[in-house]
Amino acid sequence: MPPREGIYGLLAEFNTPSELVHATKEAHRAGYRRMECYTPYPVEEAAEALHFHKTRVPLVCLLGGLMGVTTAFLMETWVNVWAYPLNIAGRPLESWPAFIIPAYEWTILFAGFSACFGMIALNGLPQLYHPVFNAPNFRNGATTDKFFLCLEATDPMFSPAESRAFLEQFPAVSVVEVDH
Amino acid sequence: MATKGPMQDPIVDPMIDPRTGEYAVIAPGHTFKSVTQKIAGIVLTSNTPLGWFFGLVVGAGVAQGLVIGCTWLFLKGTGIWGVTIPGAWGFAIINFVWWIGIGHAGTLISAILLLFKQTWRNSINRFAEAMTIFAVCCAGLFPLIHVGRPWLAYWLFPYPNTMNVWPQFRSPLAWDVFAVSTYASISVIFWYMGMIPDFGTLRDRATMPLAKYFYGMLSLGWRGSTRHWIRYESASLLLAGLSTPLVLSVHTVISFDFAVAALAGWHTTIFPPYFVAGAIYSGFAMVITLAIPIRKFYHLEDLVTLRHLDNMAKVMLGTGLIVGYGYGMEVFMAWYSASHWEFFMMWNRMFGPMGWAYWILILTNLAIPLTTLWSRKLRVNVAYLFILSFIINTGMWFERFVIVVTSLYREYLPSSWGTYRATKWDYMIYVGTLGMFTFLFFLFVRFLPMIPMSEIRMMLPQTKVTPGGAKAKTVSEESA
Repeated sequence: MPPREGIYGLLAEFNTPSELVHATKEAHRAGYRRMECYTPYPVEEAAEALHFHKTRVPLVCLLGGLMGVTTAFLMETWVNVWAYPLNIAGRPLESWPAFIIPAYEWTILFAGFSACFGMIALNGLPQLYHPVFNAPNFRNGATTDKFFLCLEATDPMFSPAESRAFLEQFPAVSVVEVDH
Repeated sequence: MATKGPMQDPIVDPMIDPRTGEYAVIAPGHTFKSVTQKIAGIVLTSNTPLGWFFGLVVGAGVAQGLVIGCTWLFLKGTGIWGVTIPGAWGFAIINFVWWIGIGHAGTLISAILLLFKQTWRNSINRFAEAMTIFAVCCAGLFPLIHVGRPWLAYWLFPYPNTMNVWPQFRSPLAWDVFAVSTYASISVIFWYMGMIPDFGTLRDRATMPLAKYFYGMLSLGWRGSTRHWIRYESASLLLAGLSTPLVLSVHTVISFDFAVAALAGWHTTIFPPYFVAGAIYSGFAMVITLAIPIRKFYHLEDLVTLRHLDNMAKVMLGTGLIVGYGYGMEVFMAWYSASHWEFFMMWNRMFGPMGWAYWILILTNLAIPLTTLWSRKLRVNVAYLFILSFIINTGMWFERFVIVVTSLYREYLPSSWGTYRATKWDYMIYVGTLGMFTFLFFLFVRFLPMIPMSEIRMMLPQTKVTPGGAKAKTVSEESA
């Protein structure tokens, strides 16, 4: 990875979710796209302000579920019809109604694992290092009671001075530079 | 009641919402910081209360019964238990069904109540989920030690082996392996996923390097990014949607273990719903057993309020009535089926040599709870609910005992009748699992956030977003 130059972005701290959402909306209106909000609990309005709606978690979950049902059904059929056929009270070898139950359980198992690990993977976690943790005030509030908006330096609109002036027009507690 | 206006009934209790007359879900006046400090403080404190050590040691001490009992069992075999013919299923299956049932309330609270947008559940869902996992641990032990050669228990799973032997998927016992292992796995990931943001909070608030490292690793580097939150919420909702049919299926599958057998008293179609309702009934009783001492000991009355106890008692009343319907239907079908064997089984269950167990069950599961839980005064009486939760769990244990034992010991041929008498090893292992459960639960309340902080924050009035970024003061004024 080439050494990163300059700063990661500008981090504005707010006391209330309303101020954060307002600032985010304004930033989006001003043309900023590479930005992110950090909140101690899910703030749906912030996601709307970022115009972030669609997640692929449900798709991953669906694919997992389909994989689970197929795996379980094929395995049961293979085991009880070809690999180890047993005559149980004269029932057919391919007793598919009885096979539904393990297949149902594996649908849920695979779908659940896909939803959880899919969410973690799509979020890029585990990622123990992130530049925002470098901000002195971030860890004191982002997971407790403060609301942060970070304008990232990779945004074409970004310029350290102008973006700082932009953020300072809101009632932010502080605006700090975030190093890599 | 909600219909009582504040005008006729002046309310002095600050915990009562004057608009609805209901107890508040969270005591008024809390902020993001105060709830975080309260919950994180329990975990991050350097002053562990002495009572915690006491409870942990008692739990560990009682769990020795399990260690000793299992050691002797592995040395001697299942002959040390009271199981014999005709009573081939004894304490092991009774305890298995009882513990799994207790676990069900945790999933109901975390999944079904989430889908129904019952936000009051947020305060109790984490420790109810923990209860589920520990109950499933206790339950899972019994089939494993019951197989006789527990070191070969992995034969239950389908895996390629040199013997070319595979499971038989038409058997409910094989379904059980899938249902219970799926249930345990999904419960664990749902529980862990719910804790990721809270681990982030603990990492950021911890002062000890070891705690920072430990919670930092567990948090996976959670930083509360909005895009992460949206995916996280989506995954939570999906897991809740998946856990809902799962939790209903687990006890259904367990009831198939009985219902598929051609034995009077087991061979009935009412079993799946009746088992699930009973499971939730006993599970909520266990949540109450745990919640009442915890809220008292850790002073969490602000977060786990009388509203929660009232609501849980209502759920118990509802599921208790379903269970009562199940008992009624069993008796009715014994008569209506016109089957001699069914009729005899029910007569024997009520008036045979083990009839006392049936009447204990009726007394503790129906007579006491279903007459008193209608009263709101009793539903918010903490001492009464605490005692009642033990009564109900005793009753639910006897329900399993009655189903397993009284159906088996006098089956079709009088020549094969026998009796069932549990041995001291049966009791020792059962009581040992209670100790193990207590031990695990004490570890949980000390080292993991027992109330989900991020979800509690979402319930505060400060979360309201006003357009145009209005000042926070107006938000709190509106909610006051």
